[in-house]
Amino acid sequence: MTSMTMLEAINATLRDEMARDDRVLLLGQDVAQLGGVFRATEGLLERFGPDRVVDMPLAEAVIVGAAIGLAAAGLVPVAEMQFLGFSHQAFHQIGAQLARMRYRSQGRFPMPVVLRAPFGGGVRTPELHSEALEAQFVQSPGLQVVMPATAADAKGLLQTAIRQPDPVLFCEPLRGYRLVRDEVPDGDAPVPFGTARVAREGDDVTIIAWSAAVHVARRAADRLAEENISAAVLDLRTLVPLDEAGILDAVAATGRAVVVHEAPFTGGFGAEVVATISDGAFYSLEAPVARVCPPDTPYPAGKIEDYYLPSVERVVAAARATVKAP
Amino acid sequence: MTALSPQFLPEHGAAVPRSVLLPDGTPRPGVVPSLDDDQVVAALELMLLSRAFDEKAFSLQRQGRFGTFSPVHGQEASVVGSAFAVEPGHDWIVPQYRELPALLRHGLPLESFMQTFMGDPRGGAIPPGVNLLPIQIGLAAQLPQAVGLAWGRRLRGDDAVVLVYVGDGASSEGDFHEACNLAGVLRAPVVFLLQNNGWAISTPRSRQSAAATLAARAPGYGFPGVLVDGNDLLAVHAVVAEAVTRARAGDGPTLVESLTYRVGAHNTADDPSRYVPGDALREWQERDPLSRVRGYLRARGSWDDEREIHAAERIRARIDAAVRVVESTPPPGAPALFDHVSAQLSDRQRRQRADLLAQPETT
Ligand SMILES: Cc1ncc(C[n+]2csc(CCOP(=O)(O)OP(=O)(O)O)c2C)c(N)n1
Repeated sequence: MTSMTMLEAINATLRDEMARDDRVLLLGQDVAQLGGVFRATEGLLERFGPDRVVDMPLAEAVIVGAAIGLAAAGLVPVAEMQFLGFSHQAFHQIGAQLARMRYRSQGRFPMPVVLRAPFGGGVRTPELHSEALEAQFVQSPGLQVVMPATAADAKGLLQTAIRQPDPVLFCEPLRGYRLVRDEVPDGDAPVPFGTARVAREGDDVTIIAWSAAVHVARRAADRLAEENISAAVLDLRTLVPLDEAGILDAVAATGRAVVVHEAPFTGGFGAEVVATISDGAFYSLEAPVARVCPPDTPYPAGKIEDYYLPSVERVVAAARATVKAP
Repeated sequence: MTALSPQFLPEHGAAVPRSVLLPDGTPRPGVVPSLDDDQVVAALELMLLSRAFDEKAFSLQRQGRFGTFSPVHGQEASVVGSAFAVEPGHDWIVPQYRELPALLRHGLPLESFMQTFMGDPRGGAIPPGVNLLPIQIGLAAQLPQAVGLAWGRRLRGDDAVVLVYVGDGASSEGDFHEACNLAGVLRAPVVFLLQNNGWAISTPRSRQSAAATLAARAPGYGFPGVLVDGNDLLAVHAVVAEAVTRARAGDGPTLVESLTYRVGAHNTADDPSRYVPGDALREWQERDPLSRVRGYLRARGSWDDEREIHAAERIRARIDAAVRVVESTPPPGAPALFDHVSAQLSDRQRRQRADLLAQPETT
C-alpha cells in the first residue's frame, strides 16, 4: 500500500499501464508537453515519447473520433476530455459512434477506448468546467460510466477500464484530485465494474452516492452518528454497469435510503437509483427514498455554487427526516 | 476538365502580414493612417487600461479576490484595433474570453466583467443597447451564433456587421469550419477576427494546423483571408475596417488572422515557463503593441510623459472605483440560482426553490 492523492494514483496507473501494454497511448489537449492542465499525465511524454503521448488540435470530436479509428487499428487509446463539460463538442462521436461500434460492426470492432474527464463542482471554476453530466451518458448503451471516489478506486477502476475491451467514460472529480488521499494497493489491483463499495457500515439508513458526493455522504454519516443515527454509505463506483444487487441488499438492510449527486434533479442518475430500489426493494422500504441534489438550474457561478451543490447539512437533514418518517 | 492547378499551396499562405507601423512606431512610407490622432489616443488609453487591468486582476486573484482570468497582455493592438473598426450601438461584437477592451469599447461596464470573474452571475447582464453576446467559454461555440446574428440582422433590415473573435486553438473546432462555411454560403455580414497568439494553453500553433497560415483557410470557404500584424494597432484597424466595409456593402465575410503573441500566462492558473521558449517570448516582448503606438503618437506630438502619467492616474482611479463598487455589492443569495433560468419557473422549480430557501444554511 502507498498513500497517494487521486491525481498521483491516476498518473501512476497510466504510467504502469503504458509500460505493461505498448498498444496503450494517450491523446488530448495539453496532455503531452504540459502533462495535462491538472498534471494527470505529467512525465509520460518524457517516458514514452511523442508517438504515445500526443497533444491534439483543439477539437474534442476529432479526439474521440480518432480514438475510435485508433482502436479499430488495434491500439488502446486513453483520451482526455480536458473537462467533461466540453465532451458535448464530441457527443456525436461518443454516443452515436464509440458506444455503438461493436454493435454496428457485429463484434468486428470492439472499442477498448477510455475517455478520462475531470468534472464536478466546489472549486469555483469558470463556466462549463464543473457540470456533472454523467446522466447524459448512461443513455448510450455500450458505453460504461465509471465514477471513482477514492485514489485506490481511481487506480483499480482505471486498470480495469484500460484492460477490458469496451469503451469507458472515466469521470474524475476535480475537487478530489489533490484533496482525496488514501492507501492505494501496489501492483495489479483491478476493481471489477459493477461492484458497489460499502464506504461505511450502518443500520438505520443507506446513503447512496458516487464520485465526490461519497465524501459528502461520509461526513454526513459522521454527523448523523453524533445524533445516534447509524448511516451506511454505499459508493456505486460505476453507474454503467450498475450493481443492482449491491443497491438492493444495502437498502433492504436499513429499509431507508437517501441518494446524493451533483447533477440536477430531473433525470439525474438518482432517479434511476430510486427506480431500481422501487423495482427490487419496495417491500423492504420503511420510508420514501430521498434525493439530495441540485435544483433544475444551470450550474451556477462561484459565489452561489455552495447553495447548488449537495451539502453535508442537507444530506444530514434528508437522512434524519427519512429515519424519522413513520 | 483541366488538370488541377493548386492555387493555395502552403507557401502561398506564407504571405507577409499587413503592417502600417514599424516596431518603433514609424509609419511605413506612403500609408495613410485610418484613425486620426484623437482616435489613436483613445485607443492607446484603452490599451493602457487593459494592461493595467491585467495586472490588477492577477494581484486580486493571488489574494483570493478574483477568479481564473485570462490576460490580454501582448494582444492589446489586436483587440483594440479591431474593436475600433465597428460602431458601438449599431454593430455587434461576439467575444471569446480574452477581449476585455473590445467589450468596454462596445459599452460593457467594467464592473460587469469583474463580477463575472468574481463568480457573480449578475455580471452576465448586458445592458440594453450594448450589442454584445456573452463571453464564451465553450470554445468556438460563439462562431455559428455570430453568423446567425449577422444573418438575422440583415433579415431585420439593418446593415449591422458582426465582429466575432476566435483563438488559433479554438479555430480547430468543428464549429469554426461550420460557421465559416455557412457565412460563405450566405455572404453573411461577419468578420472573423482570428487572434493567433501562438498558443492554446500549452499547445503551439503548429499543432493546430499544418497550413502555413490560418487565413489561408478562407478561400476554401469562398471568401478572402487576410494576414495582419496583430501588434500593429493601425494595421489591424485598417484591415478590419476594410472587412467591415465589405460586409456592410453585402460583399460577405472576411477571415482576418491577426498575428500576435500571448506574452503572459494562459490564465491565472497557468505556468507558461513550462512550455513557452524564452527566445520567442523575448522577441515578442520587444514588439510590444503599446510601445509602438506610443512611438507613433510621440513623433506626431500627440503623446508625452505627462499625458502618460495622467492617463495612468485616470486608469488606476477607474479600476479602483470598479473594484470598490463590485466588492461592496452584497453577494447574490440562493434565489439567484433560479433567476433568468426561464421566462417562467415550472411548479417543480418553484418547489425546489422553496425547499432550498427553507434550509437553515441558505438564509
Ligand atoms: C470546447 C472547449 N474545449 C476546451 C476548453 C479548455 N480551454 C480553455 S482555453 C483553451 C485554449 C484556447 O486557445 P485559443 O483558442 O488559442 O485562445 P487563447 O486562450 O490563446 O486566447 C482550452 C483548451 C474550452 N474552454 N472549450
